[in-house]
Amino acid sequence: MQNYDIVIVGGGPAGLAAAIAAKEHGVESILVLERDQELGGILNQCIHNGFGLHTFEEELTGPEYAARFIERLLEAGISYKLNTMVLEISAQKVVTAMNRTEGIMQISAQAVILAMGCRERSRGALNIPGFRPAGIYSAGTAQRLVNMEGYLPGRRAVILGSGDIGLIMARRMTLEGAKVQVVAELLPYSGGLKRNIVQCLDDFGIPLKLSHTVVNIHGRKRVEGVTIARVDDNRKPVPGTEEYYECDTLLLSCGLIPENELSKGLGIEMNPVTSGPKVNESFQTSAEGVFACGNVLHVHDLVDFVSREAQAAGKYAALYVKNQAGHEEFGDIPVAAEQGVRYTVPNTVNPGRMEEALTLRFRVGDVYKNCYVAVYLNDQRICHRKKQVLAPGEMEEVVLKKEELHAVADLTQITVKLEED
Amino acid sequence: MYDVVIIGAGVSGCAAARELSRYQLNICVIEKEEDVCCGTSKANSAIVHAGFDAPGGSLMAKLNVEGNERMEELSKELDVPFRRNGSLVVCLHEEELPGLKTLYERGLKNGVRNLRIIDREELKELEPNISDDAVAALYAPTAGIICPFALNLALAENAAVNGVEFWFDTEVTGFGRGEGCWNIHTSQGEFKSRYVVNAAGVYADLLHNMVSGRKLHITPRRGEYCLLDRSAAGFVTHTMFQLPGKYGKGVLVTPTVHGNILIGPTAEDLEDREGTNTTQAGIQELMKKAEATVKGIPFHEVITSFAGLRAHEDGHEFCIGEVEDAPGFIDCAGIESPGLTASPVIGSMVADIIYRLEQPRLNPDFTGSRKGILDPKTLSTEEHAALIRTNPAYGNIVCRCEMITEGEILDAVNRPLGAKSLDGVKRRTRAGMGRCQGGFCSPKVMELLAGERNIKISEITKSGGASQMIAGINKDR
Repeated sequence: MQNYDIVIVGGGPAGLAAAIAAKEHGVESILVLERDQELGGILNQCIHNGFGLHTFEEELTGPEYAARFIERLLEAGISYKLNTMVLEISAQKVVTAMNRTEGIMQISAQAVILAMGCRERSRGALNIPGFRPAGIYSAGTAQRLVNMEGYLPGRRAVILGSGDIGLIMARRMTLEGAKVQVVAELLPYSGGLKRNIVQCLDDFGIPLKLSHTVVNIHGRKRVEGVTIARVDDNRKPVPGTEEYYECDTLLLSCGLIPENELSKGLGIEMNPVTSGPKVNESFQTSAEGVFACGNVLHVHDLVDFVSREAQAAGKYAALYVKNQAGHEEFGDIPVAAEQGVRYTVPNTVNPGRMEEALTLRFRVGDVYKNCYVAVYLNDQRICHRKKQVLAPGEMEEVVLKKEELHAVADLTQITVKLEED
Repeated sequence: MYDVVIIGAGVSGCAAARELSRYQLNICVIEKEEDVCCGTSKANSAIVHAGFDAPGGSLMAKLNVEGNERMEELSKELDVPFRRNGSLVVCLHEEELPGLKTLYERGLKNGVRNLRIIDREELKELEPNISDDAVAALYAPTAGIICPFALNLALAENAAVNGVEFWFDTEVTGFGRGEGCWNIHTSQGEFKSRYVVNAAGVYADLLHNMVSGRKLHITPRRGEYCLLDRSAAGFVTHTMFQLPGKYGKGVLVTPTVHGNILIGPTAEDLEDREGTNTTQAGIQELMKKAEATVKGIPFHEVITSFAGLRAHEDGHEFCIGEVEDAPGFIDCAGIESPGLTASPVIGSMVADIIYRLEQPRLNPDFTGSRKGILDPKTLSTEEHAALIRTNPAYGNIVCRCEMITEGEILDAVNRPLGAKSLDGVKRRTRAGMGRCQGGFCSPKVMELLAGERNIKISEITKSGGASQMIAGINKDR
């Protein structure tokens, strides 16, 4: 049995930032377990720029952004294992992992940080009818093939879903010599960042068809075409609106799903809205000493925010290991997401343990214009911030101040909601 | 010149090939697809029926019950995942209880053992998620679930090891009569054989009608299915049918032997013998119907949907035997449900027909047992660790959803009749069959396939033929 103070599952942006922060907060014995052959996670295939504007005030590519953290990890002398799959985490925080050279390992930890990231929603999960030929790729798989292996998945593509990876791949496929005919989006708005729609579609003359979906896939061996139709307000295809697109490739960018099989194995309480664990202000899950951050917790748009969140998780894991987590004279106050706010992270806040300022991240369920983000402590509104546009594709945040929470006697609930005025 | 050419490498053809390989015969299986198990055998309910469905006295009923009885031993001999989980025919309407009784009596007559009708209370105990409308059920403890790919592959591999030749990508285009033999015209040239076994699934009538004046007619009857992730395991533990009646036939909800939940099939007669596309209407229909049997099906756990084609013969009966006006041409046609269950007996029946005609000598080198691809998950931690020390590839997970190691994939590619495509690897190992549907592992499997088969990535296909996975390299034109 190997022993570490903190074991971090995943060496992507979340795992890296968490590890570095934990070290900075005084924990020496840290191990990062990464299933792929290099650190950096999905950033390695994100060769476009736009990463790090918040963190470094520069526009970096994904690999460059990852490299900055990897360098710091190496400088800090933090241990890591590559090509290593975590098979199980026990309630006693014994991590079972496996690789070629060391076989099956049992690693005992004081604290575990979950940073496994997410996976893409597949064609099957979307129930798209039709044949099942070659040429149907999730956008991320295509991105890996193009950017890391140098292979072009197809020459004429249709993209379903306007998530950021889909938008980025529309541009990438075009630059690599493919013709991207159309991006279809089921919803009446895009789930991607505005800047990606402009830079990846508009700049290349690729049409975006909102409220459209793929209703049939043609071709028995290789995709020969897809049929796209308009959908009504209930997202059901409207008969008579079908259009056939000849293509050899269908890329899917229809949402990401946090990869929480290990968390579920641990019996951690999950949030059905995010498909990630429920966490408190310290990013600790319902399993004591098990923390979560990054896309395994909730899907982010910007890696900068993943890094920030993971730094906090790493710090709190370090405090937990050193037994310096805040005092327990306060209870955990639940945070309710209401009126257009789909969820918040964290799910509870302990005014005793929290920092002077705590960032609450959330997403809205629809596109809202000229409304207010409101935060209530019990019935008392402490924040009322006007927003011109709020969209499901952009993560929002509000900051809670410790002094404000302490000022409310008998605080039982924090509420985040949208208000019209 | 072959003694026997078997057309079709589905479960019937491969079962026949294996049974015939017990004799000193020169046997060849020809298959139009690139692998075994590419038609009806790969897309079905994956269940071993108890045998109460088929009409009393029919060949279907006889082979079903016998096949069910033989499956246990065969699955051990061939190392195929099989489990007797029991089936329940659920009656949802009080007034249909007589129908349940009829089914029970038919089952008794067919020789199904341990059948009984259970009341709502016992049913609720067996299946807590049962519909509130359920009034009773026919319980058949002998029914089971099996991996249809593994059975088909095991039969084929074992036949190959015992000397049967396999030709893939070989499509039959016609027949001629030679001297004491059939001349079989194919896309890969002519084959000569003294006997022909027609196990061509939904194409069996076309082949039959090329040689016989007594016409056969098969309708490709599409069945669509939804498959739920293994995280839904335990939602039902028995194979749950609905009692067919005036409210329709219903669909089944069953666990698979690997722990998924399978829902389906619809039934739709087609003309297209390759019409394995799913439809929006079909998937909606089966979801709605399934909800009548059990409540709260976690449809958000659907990881894929697919469709298979039943080879439905007009008389709804297995057509197995030498064709009267075409001596030496043996049909193995109309093999629809319970064909998978019956397949071991279908194979024996075909072999018996040829044995009676030919009286071949026994093959002294025949070996009936076969080991499947080693799944390290079946080992203890110590055994698995020891395996990794001797072969590190068993320590490298390639498919993270199904936890499939590189060792298993290499075995799948390099064993007899090894995998040539991504789907071939998938059917043999389950790599790519999980919740991400190959999103993460397909680039890695492509690389392994290219390396082991010594071919370029651009030649790697999903399922043979023109199903190339990539179109070229970046900026190549």
